[in-house]
Amino acid sequence: MIASSFAIPDVVTFVVAAALVIFGAIGVITVKNPVHSAISLIGTLIGVAIAFIEQDAQFLAAVQVIVYAGAIVVLFLFVIMFLGVDRKEDVSIEPLVHQRSWAAATVALTVASVIALMAKSHWATGAHRVTGNPGSGNTNVAHIGRTIFTTYLYAFEITAGLLIIAVVGAVVLARRSNQIAEENA
Amino acid sequence: MSLPIGWYLTLAAVLFGIGAFGLLTRRSALIMFMCIELMLNAVNLTFVTFSRSFSDIGGQAAVFFVMVVAAAEVTVGLGIVVSVFRRRQSTSVDELSELKG
Repeated sequence: MIASSFAIPDVVTFVVAAALVIFGAIGVITVKNPVHSAISLIGTLIGVAIAFIEQDAQFLAAVQVIVYAGAIVVLFLFVIMFLGVDRKEDVSIEPLVHQRSWAAATVALTVASVIALMAKSHWATGAHRVTGNPGSGNTNVAHIGRTIFTTYLYAFEITAGLLIIAVVGAVVLARRSNQIAEENA
Repeated sequence: MSLPIGWYLTLAAVLFGIGAFGLLTRRSALIMFMCIELMLNAVNLTFVTFSRSFSDIGGQAAVFFVMVVAAAEVTVGLGIVVSVFRRRQSTSVDELSELKG
């Protein structure tokens, strides 16, 4: 019934992307080894990238794969290896009593209410096309570029400062200061 | 490109829920950061879905900025994890309890 009302390639693409996203996410939170968690995270990120392409966000899909699945996951793996914490974490012990059941109940309630809200409400209330149509293919990249460099120019300039601050902060944090080195010696 | 937005929004809600559950239950700082990434990705997916639904590129621009902030957050966060690990030889957040009253 579903396949008859929508184009079959769209449905297949969505199912593949959803399976990647869900199983990857479950893998991240259930496996014991942090390295395997990071690998599962790549699956989720690729799945989200597929969903981006399916929705005409080609530029963001490319950035998702390059920045997230490339740089950020590699950063995670690098820190895991660097710290040598790739041993297994014991996930069978609950640090707080009934922590998991309370967390599961809260999360299930939240997700259920979001989905219920979604099913009940009417979306198309706001003004459409404030900054233009997303377009598809080549026009998507041109369009998002034009938007970021005009409407969101100040925000874009501030992200440059933010990234500089983050890099300097990471260097300062990770640097072994002389005082700590003397304490350890 | 004709699937209703509800499918994607439901997927994003479920992904956010999984990330939130992991953040609440796992005790390793590294895994908690990965769960935050999951939640950010769920929100990004919602942004892109509404961008398509409203034919407004602003949602995709917002995702672009979320990605920048996520990259900065991971950089600083992992720097903190590294410096905490130097002092404590552990990344478990349960052992960071000095501020407990």
